[in-house]
This record gives sequence, structure tokens and C-alpha cells, in this order.
Amino acid sequence: MTPPSLGSFLRLRATRQEQTDVQHEPAGTASPACPPQDILRRLRREVPGCPFLSQPEELRPYECDGLTAYRETPWAVAIPESVAQVQEILRICHALHLPVIPRGAGTGLSGGALPRRDGLLLSMARFRKILALDPLNRTARVEPGVTTRAISEAAAPHGLFYAPDPSSEVACTIGGNIAENAGGLHCLKYGLTIHNVLSTKIVSPDGELLTLGAEALDSAGFDLLALFVGSEGLLGVAVEATVRLLPRPPLARLIVAAFASVDSAAAAVGKLIGRGFVPAGLEMMDNLAIRAAEKFVHAGYPVDAAALLLCECDGPPEEVDEQIALAEGELREAGAYFLRVSCSEQERLLLWKGRKSAFPAAGRMAPDYYCMDGTIPRRAMPEALRRIGRLSKEYGLPVANVFHAGDGNLHPLILYDASRPEELKRAEHLGGRISELCVELGGVITGEHGVGVEKLDQMCIQFRAPELAQFHRIKAAFDPDGILNPGKAVPLLHRCAELGAMHVHGGKLPFPELERF
Amino acid sequence: MEVRLSKSMQDEMAAREGERLIRACVHCGFCLPACPTYRVVGDELDSPRGRIYLIKEVLEGRGGSVARQHLDRCLLCRACEPACPSGVQYGRLATVTRPLVTAQSPRPPMDRLLRWMIGAVIPHPVRLSRAISLARLLRPFLPARLAEKLPSGLSVPPPLALRQNHPRRMLIVPGCAQSVLSPATHLSLARICDRLGIEPILSPGSGCCGALFHHFGSEERAIRQIRRNIDLWWPALEAGAEALLIPASACSLMVREYPELLGSDPAYAERAHRIAAAVKDPADLLLSEKIDSLIAPSTQAVALHCPCTQQPGLVETLFRRMGIRLSPQPDSPACCGAAGAYALLQPQLSSELRTWKAAALEAGGPAEILTANIGCQLHLAGGTRLRVRHWIELIDEYQAQGLGGEVRPTHPA
Repeated sequence: MTPPSLGSFLRLRATRQEQTDVQHEPAGTASPACPPQDILRRLRREVPGCPFLSQPEELRPYECDGLTAYRETPWAVAIPESVAQVQEILRICHALHLPVIPRGAGTGLSGGALPRRDGLLLSMARFRKILALDPLNRTARVEPGVTTRAISEAAAPHGLFYAPDPSSEVACTIGGNIAENAGGLHCLKYGLTIHNVLSTKIVSPDGELLTLGAEALDSAGFDLLALFVGSEGLLGVAVEATVRLLPRPPLARLIVAAFASVDSAAAAVGKLIGRGFVPAGLEMMDNLAIRAAEKFVHAGYPVDAAALLLCECDGPPEEVDEQIALAEGELREAGAYFLRVSCSEQERLLLWKGRKSAFPAAGRMAPDYYCMDGTIPRRAMPEALRRIGRLSKEYGLPVANVFHAGDGNLHPLILYDASRPEELKRAEHLGGRISELCVELGGVITGEHGVGVEKLDQMCIQFRAPELAQFHRIKAAFDPDGILNPGKAVPLLHRCAELGAMHVHGGKLPFPELERF
Repeated sequence: MEVRLSKSMQDEMAAREGERLIRACVHCGFCLPACPTYRVVGDELDSPRGRIYLIKEVLEGRGGSVARQHLDRCLLCRACEPACPSGVQYGRLATVTRPLVTAQSPRPPMDRLLRWMIGAVIPHPVRLSRAISLARLLRPFLPARLAEKLPSGLSVPPPLALRQNHPRRMLIVPGCAQSVLSPATHLSLARICDRLGIEPILSPGSGCCGALFHHFGSEERAIRQIRRNIDLWWPALEAGAEALLIPASACSLMVREYPELLGSDPAYAERAHRIAAAVKDPADLLLSEKIDSLIAPSTQAVALHCPCTQQPGLVETLFRRMGIRLSPQPDSPACCGAAGAYALLQPQLSSELRTWKAAALEAGGPAEILTANIGCQLHLAGGTRLRVRHWIELIDEYQAQGLGGEVRPTHPA
């Protein structure tokens, strides 16, 4: 099948957009609250070979993704395995104004794949083929359900790897990575998903197959690929991706440095970056996280340390040795009382494994956790951590900090127990306060997990009404009927207006231009 | 994850334990790629995370039939456990809550009949060998999936010519199915012991280790069988046998779990502990007796399938030290799909897994496939043209060649 050209795509969207109101209410309100059985019959009849789950018991395990605080049982779940099936499903849902929520492995931490009671959950889990690996062009063409780690594994025999490595890389899929513009431990040096995807085939909300981007580094026209990556499933469903592979650096070594105070560790980050070389990764864990991770991997982390910095240098051996020596000196000067440099690849991977498993390993400390994702300027890090510590005391909930120190992407992990009354609410409120703190310190509310449903309120703090309206216009250009993942990522203006009424800071009302409900 | 036990579940010990185990799960999804059935089906319901959710629903008083169906499709291979950062004991969770799930949704009669027949035949060596003789006569009339599992002929094992009067002794426990379907395995183990100066005592009247009933959820029958085994093996241990050698890894794992099952039985708890502690993996035996640098002629590589019940890496370590080359297995699923009676109960999924596993095992062009468990051995044999046997038989063969005069140089590591 030849995808229509981008030109025709844009013209099509342009004509449709004229009829679209910026304040367009997401779909779902237009469709019946619970679509009748004959829609399901029609889907089953017209999309043969695709399983559709519809019994309540089958649907509940799909009611949340990696963020369990938000749950909603979907109306039905589809598990297609071919692009043609995805197109047909979207065509039918589009005609019926039925919301469609795409889902990858369900490992997201912002509720981006949270279902809707009146919507179809579209699981892409069966798209798990690596279609082509081109070592000469250093690209891989993969289906969206392939795990991030699997791409690197397939590329390894050619001495290549796929750089973005979110902590959940063993399980998360490239489709979800594209939707959330996932980062990872090494994004400091190698960039986010957006910097490593060359093109993607998407199915538009009305079922057309389109190609965004090209195998070349630049292509004519607007960079719609850049727009699509990180759009949280609101603009289309990725059904194939061509990603960039990089030659694996000949050597990588990791320094683990322990500090007696979080402050001195945070200050060391600034010093390291200030020396003018870019570590492949620069991560930080605080005491709570160190203890949880050590229990799972037994990597030999010093469990009494207040904070741990993990700094990786990679490249040709001479360069790595020089950087390691430089980093060691800086870290010691900044107050590190324990330094360990990995001597083998095995040791390096083990030391990383603790960091990569730190979120779920926190499950050993408390039955539930709520993972935040704010990004702040590096210089503000000591202050941010101090204030998060104060907020943690104020709310009486432990907060573990595990994060990408190098790029200032914080991941405070609020530990709570959902079976205790009010604790989830307190955790959410504390999370909100942390996000606001990030904005106040000159940062943003999300670094790599996306907004999903979790940070909708904080979007109102981050952006003003005209900016949000612009986002809605972009959504409408791709999806005029608003059937794809409605209600996620960009808040409706009246939500912000209501929130503004609750959050009056310093006598200033956010969105004063909007009518209050 | 939070679980709110329904009223009727609050008094159930198993439900409370299930609740405790589920609370460790944080729904991160790290287990998904480790799960063989999820990799085949691509449905959350056939993943560990989905199954935990289904169990949670049952404990909260909702559903049952979907939960039972998808829990029955679980191999219980426990590949998800080492993948789980928050330490969920999935195997334990699935086993303790199974009776609660089946109570909500009883199995259909045909399924129960099949399970009853399996339980009535396989753990009884005499009945099993009779059934096989009968089935071989009827082979042309059997459905293909049963016919392929029949061994082509019960090989008459070579006679055991052992030296007598070794000072050291060990008890060899051949599993019920293994003793009938692959007797060469435990005889090889016996010869290896003999060469080490250890007198192998073949356990008399060996029957099922209890795993079959335990995995069927018939705890009572499992416990009865386990007590019988303890009574049977105890005298040999008392008389100075150093260890219990069990060639089938699934049986070995089961015996190691005896203390957990008999912990509250004062008459057996102590002996169950001693017996479990005496279990020694044959690979461990060879490694600890330091005969691990030997003989292996540098021939074609072999493919090793590590059963889910086998300690990962152990046999690989032994082989590496012996200079036996292992062929690579790209993208290999953890489980071959045999999983005890699973191959008979879930033929379709089981055979899809076998196809995948066999392709991975064959990918590196090995001379043969070696494994450590009779279930995997028979199951894989039905899906590949290569020879499949227990690794212990290869070592025995190499040793015999080495001792038989054709001494080959030790492989230069």
C-alpha cells in the first residue's frame, strides 16, 4: 500500500480544521456512554482474526498502566496484529465517534494509556517483529511492540545499539517510547527518542496510513515527525518505526561515588558538567532508593550513603581513562567518601541494573509508589532536593529520589499505601506540590514520562490559555473528531479555570481571562 | 498493589496470604518479556502481571472463569520471578490461590477427566509402562499430539556393571516418568558415581515426587505421596548416604520444597528439612568432586536447554570447564512448553512454545540437544529432528570413551 503524500495529508487536514472548534470537547461525550453490542459485533465481523475482549473480567487487568493510582475499565480491548486491522478498527471507530486509546506494554508512569469506559483500548502488543536491520545505513525498521532492549540486542552482533534506554527498557516498547518521547539513563549524551527515530509509519484517526520523516536526516516540509514524537497517542497510532543505530563505544566504565549528604552530591553534578565533557550518563540515587535497589541486585552499593552518583564515561579507551581520572578527582574534591570504578562489563551492567530497577524495587519499601518526573535547571538541584525533603516531612510520606542528575530530570518517588485511607490523596497532593516546585525553580513538569492524565493540572501551571488553545488546534488538525486518546496530555481550558480558582498564588489568579464555572 | 478482600475471602488463610503476596506487585510490567506465554499470545491476561490482576479480582470477589482459564495457561515456569524488581513470589501466589480460583469456577468435566487420568497413570511406573505398551499397539488410532509423545521403543538399558564396596554412598532417585521413559539417564548417573568412588543406591520403588498433584492443586494427594517418599528414602540417609541425586530437575526442585509443604507436620517436618538439604544437583556433584576438567573431545557444539526448574548457569558452568562447546540460542524463550502435564492440558500453546524453542535451540547448528528434565526431553524430542537427552548421558559417554582406552587429550579450555 502506498501511503498518501504529506502534501495531500496537510491539505486534507487544513480543510477539516476550518470546521473545527478549538474548544472542541474530546470525543466520548458525543458517543453513547456505553456503546451497544452491535458495535462490537460489527468490529468482530469487519476485522476478522483480531481478538476483541469484552467480558468485564477480561477487561479489568487492562484498567491501568504503570501508574496504578488511576484506573478505568475500558469498554473493550482490541489486540490486532496487522496494520490493515489497525486501519480498519480506526476507520470504524472514527465513523462511530468511538474513542480509541492506544497502548504499548502498559509500563507508562503518567497514565497515558489509561482506558476510557466509553472507549476501545487498542493494544499494540502483538506487533513485535524486527522487520529489517541495516548495518550499513545503521538503521532498524521495527514494529511498535518491539521492546526497546530487543532492538539493541538484535543490533549487538553488528556492533551497534539503539541509544535511548529508559529504565523500563526490558519491557517498554518503541511505540510507547515514541508516544512519550522517552529518554533514559544515557540521554544526556545520546538524546531522547526524538533524536534517534528517523521515520515512523502512523495510522491516522480515520484509518489512513501515513509516513512521517524519512531515512535521511532531513526531509522536505514541516518536521511532522518531531511533532508526532511525544504526542502521547493523540495524533495517530504508530505502526512502524525506523530508528537510528549507533556504533557501540569500544569501552564504557562507570564510577559509583557515595556522598554523606545529598547537598554535596547535587553540587558535584554541577562541577562535573562544568568540566566540559559530557558523561554518557550521570545519575543520582538517595539513601532510600539505594537500599531498595541493593536488596534486589546486590550490586554492593554502600547502603549507608546519603546519596550515590553514578557517572559513566564511554568512548575509545584513552579518552575514557582520561575522563574517569578527571571525574574521580572532581568527585573526591566534591566530598565523595567512597569511589568504585567498574572493571568489567559485567560489573558495569550490574551497577546499572540497580539504578534501572530502582522504581519497582521501591515496591519492597511500600506497597504503592507514585513516580514524579519534573525537570529543573541543574543549578537548582540542591535547593529542589532540600525542599522536596521538607515537603516529604510535611505530608508524612517518604520520598525516594532516583533521577537523571546530568540533565536535571528529577524522579521523586512518593511511597504510600493505598489501603490506608486518604494516603493516595495525600500522595497526589504532594506530587502536585513537587511539580509546582519544579516550575517555580525555572523547570518543567515532565522530563520524559509524559503528561498523560497525571500532570494535567500541572499543565495549567506550566502553560497559559492561548498556549493550551494552540495545542488543541494542533490536535484538531490531526484528529478533528477527537477520537484518539481524548482527554490526555493537554487539559481542557475549563479544567484549568476550575483549578485556578483553587490555586490562588500570591493573590494572582491563573487564567484571569477565563470565565469560572 | 492494593487488594480489598471480599467478605467471603476474609476468613480464608490462602486469600490472606495471596493479599500479602500481591501487595508486593507495583504493576511495572518488567515481567512481561520474561513470560513465554505473553510472548506468544501478546495478551496482558496471559502475562504474570495480568494473572496477578486476575487473582486480585477473584480475591476481591469478582469473576473466576477468566482467571481460571488464564491461570491454567500459565506454565508455572517462574521466569517472571528473577525479572521482578519488587520481589513478587509469583509461583507461590499462583499455587496458594489456585483452589480459591477453581472454587469460583469449577473446571469442565472433560478437563477434570483428563486430569484424573493423568494423575492415575503417570506417577505410577507400572501403570505408565503398561499404558505405553498399550498405546504403542494403538498408535495408528491415536491423535497425532499424543502419538508423537510416545517413545518409539522403550530402550533396554545397558546392564550396570559396578564395582562394589565404595566407602561413600549416595541415593539416586529416578523420577516416576523418567525411570520408565528414559532409564538410560539414571543408569548413566549411577556409572558416573561409581567412577567417582561413590556407591549409587537406586531408590527402591520410586514413585512420583509429588509435583504432579501439587501442580494440579490436589494438595492432599501430594502430601500423601511426599510422606511416603520420606519414609522410603529416610533409611538410606540414616544409613549414611551422603546425598540425594535426582536427575530430573523438576523432581529435584519439588523435593527441595518439601519443608515448605510439611512445615506444620510435626511427624515429618524435621525429616523433610534433612531430605531437602541432602538434595544435590548432579552438576553440583561433578563440580564439587573436581572432575570438571576432563575428557570432552572438541567436537561439534551442543545446544543446552536449561529447564525452568534447573538452577540457571550451573550446567553451563560445568560444560564450560569441561570444554564442551555450547551453541548460541538467539531469542530463546525461557520455557519449552512441557511444564509437567501442561503439554497434555494446553496442547496448542505448548506446541507453539516448542516450535519457538526448538528453532532457537537448532539455530546454532548443534550436534544434539541436552537438557536436565524428563518432561522437557520428551516434549522437545517431539519437535526436533535432533537427538534430545539428559546431559548426564553425554558426560557418561565421554567418560566411558576416555576410560575405554581411547584416551583423548583434555580440551585446552
